[in-house]
Amino acid sequence: MDEIIAILKELHPDVDYETNKSLVDNRIIDSFDIISIVAEIDDRLDVQIPAEEIIPENFNSAEALAALVKRLEDED
Amino acid sequence: MQQKNVLEYIERTVNEVPEKIAYESFEGDGCRMTFREVYNTARSIGTYLADNGFYAQPVIIFMKKTPRAIATFFGTVYGGCAYVPIDEEMPRMRIDLIIGSMKPELIICEGETLEMAKEFDYDGKIALYEDISTTPVNDDKLLAIRSRQIDTDPIYIVYTSGSTGVPKGIAACHRSVIDYIEHLSDVLGFDCDTRFGNQSPFYFDACLKELYPTIKFGAYTAIVPKQLFMFPLKLVEFLNEQKVNTVCWVVSALTMISALGALKKEVPQLKLVAFGSEVFPIKQFNRWREALPEARFINLYGPTEATGMSCYYEVNRVFEEGDVIPIGRPFDNTDILLLDEDAPVQNGEVGEICIRGTAITLGYYNDPVRTAEVFVQNPLNTHYPELIYRTGDLARYNEYGELVFVSRKDYQIKHMGHRIELGEIEANVSTIDGIYLSCAVYNKQKDRIVLYYTGTIEEGNLKDILTEKIPRYMLPAVFTRLEDMPLTPNGKVDRKRLLEQAT
Repeated sequence: MDEIIAILKELHPDVDYETNKSLVDNRIIDSFDIISIVAEIDDRLDVQIPAEEIIPENFNSAEALAALVKRLEDED
Repeated sequence: MQQKNVLEYIERTVNEVPEKIAYESFEGDGCRMTFREVYNTARSIGTYLADNGFYAQPVIIFMKKTPRAIATFFGTVYGGCAYVPIDEEMPRMRIDLIIGSMKPELIICEGETLEMAKEFDYDGKIALYEDISTTPVNDDKLLAIRSRQIDTDPIYIVYTSGSTGVPKGIAACHRSVIDYIEHLSDVLGFDCDTRFGNQSPFYFDACLKELYPTIKFGAYTAIVPKQLFMFPLKLVEFLNEQKVNTVCWVVSALTMISALGALKKEVPQLKLVAFGSEVFPIKQFNRWREALPEARFINLYGPTEATGMSCYYEVNRVFEEGDVIPIGRPFDNTDILLLDEDAPVQNGEVGEICIRGTAITLGYYNDPVRTAEVFVQNPLNTHYPELIYRTGDLARYNEYGELVFVSRKDYQIKHMGHRIELGEIEANVSTIDGIYLSCAVYNKQKDRIVLYYTGTIEEGNLKDILTEKIPRYMLPAVFTRLEDMPLTPNGKVDRKRLLEQAT
């Protein structure tokens, strides 16, 4: 979770990722960010997010993203 | 008789397929318009302009990205005016700069954008689409306007990045748009069965590729919801649901799909993939070709100043990593000169791409100084006036006789398909309190802009303030405050050194 927040903080330092649950719906992150997030998670956590998981629900909050990463790690 | 007005496209098509859907958008409640609806709405808006004395002047269109906006563009042309698309995602300051340099007398918006429009630094008239789009058509007035129109009258003005911080408004006329659409359609093979998926914002000339062939052929354009460009698999599913068979996109929209693995899950049913505005990484390009072995892939190149695209290359051989996909050759009726200053380069040498032909636009609106810098007399012709456009792009011919893009002459870059002057970023940064010196550099490998600065302002603060001033795609990915700015012996900011350390 900390690493996820660190990745997100680099993109938008001013957002409170503990409380914000609508990063996609409120257009806080955009397509530039999604590509960075997927690449950074691959680089730093060695987790590859498959295309079918790149959906709004998984990117709306740091929590959802962390849950996704955990689920993908467990599947390995 | 030869076509002289872009409206002749819709006037022919509305007789052939009046009830066919022309354009469709999907955000909010969605919106679809038939050719008859587009035609009628456009003529109503043209009549409104005529009734209210707006003629031969720019009209700002501040609407959502829907078929209604497109009908309003054509309506503006019916009124003998030039449409100027702006967007709610443009930063306020940029909009105010555009309004300030253009001094328009009319902005057309719609219910959803009205509140924002009222905030602009502008005291002219604001008209609502909902009010004017059903104006009873006055045939006599529209005919009178048409009979005076000539094919070198402007039809649109679009804005691009300018190095001094003030965007440049490029004005294009009927003649250059018709010339472009005819030759583009020839090469790309559009017809009435073409189903476009539009990606480009309407405030760029890139959307000409879909908007005009749709009315020329009675084709169809699905306006792809912007949010889908974040979610690759959903994007591909959308294309297939709407039976999109043709895309003309910036490279980054295509690589987003392939790099995130969506092509392995579902293949878009595309017959034609045209791309441009950036270098296509070969690894990603080959993923596309493997997924779509039957499709045609065409690289397009061209500056807005020469109306849409000027050159094309249809991929006809295998490219391996490290290769560059050429930009090929100019469209028919366009000529490319490769010049070193004022002299042609020898074969194989690098020269500046200079464009000659009908496709050259009218120049920068209300800006004779910057126009005269790049729309210049052809130095190879000393006999009569002939303008060429100097692109600032460097290219050479390869062993196949194809043009290959090499680099820019100056500090202009291509990032996510957008043309950006690093100087424009710096000019905006320098207006912020607490900034001493700044320098924006572009890390090509990582495809990101890095801003170095000295001053008292915190990095996070600076980013917040800058977000209000420049578009998202121009915003640096990394902000780094320095104790001292490295300088060259001449006392200029040492760009080279900063570029070396940029990550």
